[in-house]
Amino acid sequence: MDATVETPRILRDDAYYTLRREIEEFYYDEAECIDTRRFTEWLDMLHEDLRYFMPMRHNVKFGQHAERENTREDEGISWFNEDKWTVTKRVEQILTGVHYAEEPLSRTTHMITNVQVLQALPDAASAQEVHTSCRFHTYLNRVEYETYNFVGKRYDRLVRVDGDWKVRHRKILLDQNILQAKNLSTFF
Amino acid sequence: MTHPSKAADFVDWRRGQISREIYVSEDVYRRELETLFTRAWLFVGHESQIPNPGDFFTSRMGEESVILVRDKAGVIHVLLNSCRHRGMKVCRYESGNTSLFTCPYHSWTYTTDGRIRGIPLYKALYEGNLNRDEWSLVEVAKLHNYKGTIWATWDPDAPDFLTYLGDAKIHLDQALDCRDGRPGGSEVIGVHKWVFPANWKFAAENFLGDTYHNPSHRSVDMIGIGPSALEGVKGRRDNELEQAQHVWCSFPAGHGVHSAVQPEGYEFVDQFKNDPEIADYFRYCHEERKRRLGEDARFLPFVGTIFPNTSYHGRQPRSLCSWHPHSANETEGWRFFLVDADAPTKIKDFLRTYYMRYSGPAGMTEQDDMENWLYATKASMGTIARRHNFNYTQSMGASELNPVVNGIEVRGDVSQQVTEHMAVGFYRRWAQYLDQEPWDVLMGKGDERFTPKAAAE
Repeated sequence: MDATVETPRILRDDAYYTLRREIEEFYYDEAECIDTRRFTEWLDMLHEDLRYFMPMRHNVKFGQHAERENTREDEGISWFNEDKWTVTKRVEQILTGVHYAEEPLSRTTHMITNVQVLQALPDAASAQEVHTSCRFHTYLNRVEYETYNFVGKRYDRLVRVDGDWKVRHRKILLDQNILQAKNLSTFF
Repeated sequence: MTHPSKAADFVDWRRGQISREIYVSEDVYRRELETLFTRAWLFVGHESQIPNPGDFFTSRMGEESVILVRDKAGVIHVLLNSCRHRGMKVCRYESGNTSLFTCPYHSWTYTTDGRIRGIPLYKALYEGNLNRDEWSLVEVAKLHNYKGTIWATWDPDAPDFLTYLGDAKIHLDQALDCRDGRPGGSEVIGVHKWVFPANWKFAAENFLGDTYHNPSHRSVDMIGIGPSALEGVKGRRDNELEQAQHVWCSFPAGHGVHSAVQPEGYEFVDQFKNDPEIADYFRYCHEERKRRLGEDARFLPFVGTIFPNTSYHGRQPRSLCSWHPHSANETEGWRFFLVDADAPTKIKDFLRTYYMRYSGPAGMTEQDDMENWLYATKASMGTIARRHNFNYTQSMGASELNPVVNGIEVRGDVSQQVTEHMAVGFYRRWAQYLDQEPWDVLMGKGDERFTPKAAAE
């Protein structure tokens, strides 16, 4: 019913688990980069042709979820729907030191779990491209009392470039309708 | 905490001082809900969101949930989203198409014009006791479709919408009209909804034309995110107004805007330079607008707030906002993004991408606004803080009635330098709503700013 769900199709053999561990490590490296504020290093983990997409989530009637629950990448307005240039601008903005929504910098912890490889191309043993599914829980606390918990699902396509994984496409499904936060000033 | 019995005592407009109580007091907040949001015209949605019979969009007026719906006959209604029997919301979907609103609680059903269609076991349990015609969903007292934007009020005595809008009309028009000067023709391409811990008036006031807060956007101006950023243009938008005289206008009904008038014979400033095809399109729109509107094309919008809580961004980006009150220190922001409905897909794609990186809680510009509004609210809540008024004396006395600017009459109480007099005008009117003044006063009667000097002497 939910168009965003891809059922894992690939065989859970040793090659799968080895690949999954590799992808998990990549995600932990990403989280570490962001949480330790090495944003420029994090940008290197993103593909030059990145699409970074966070739709808004609508309350729709039963039976309409596949069609209408999430805003779309190819039209209209979402929370994020951007390329690497724009994500890079977001990093540049933080690094000005006068982006007041992140000055002083927030404290964040990005937790990634339920990592699954949905598809590996050409295969798990020699994967050059993977499609993944995971869950995230991003904790953000800033200044004194301001605390936000962003929880949801993430669907990525990663490709290997010169031996390193890069995020080529990232779809972030935040499990909120009306955003329960004043800002989305962290990365997902 | 003792409060003045009159809200007017919070607003010392003669000295340009306003009490912080109006931004933090729960008592003031309750009075706003009862006396202001029940009377003023509020923006509810856009007809492009409900193009077909049976289409609905669930919206808000003040704290209350309402349904904007086009009935089966094609007539637009705004209905209170609460069953007349026990109050359950009859619609919890954001939008869609339906022939009936069915209450989940006891299954009373209503047609798309709000009338009762079915009451379970009516004959056995109600006949003779309940007149169906008297138990329709509660409908707004007045509704107006202005160039596709739907406005409504609960007050049957409210002046008609165009009277209420007054001379702010041509400013709002600039956000609603096509880029090439044709009237109307906009469509909503998406709505951001988010909650932020600040009083709603901080947001409304910001868009009245608080040009002075520019420094808070320094980071985005340094890096450059505008429609010409790829060509190395810094700032958050193209500066199409670099030769223009800016004007800041306050209106009798409490609205305030910041617009600009290009000089006679001005040169077109190249815009949207990221892509030559996009740049050509907007140059064409500019020429076409000039051809249609003549000298009036020199008049351009920037931002504004239509009293009390509807704001617009006129050009880059282009949107309408509702600042829905949640509590004294919490607001729900809804931003409706606009494009010309008949613009080419490539133009719409370019604009939506720009809007998303600019606006709202994920936007690089407006994140900094939210930070300001949150901590300004927080830091005004203390007992000591509340004793100290905010200062609104900026450019006090620098405005004039209906001046001619670059050869065009600009109507209203108008300043040609950065100013806060629109905010003072807004709060003068605000206080009169809370003090339950009659409509002629709310429309500016007795406000000396709008009395021509010759007549007054």
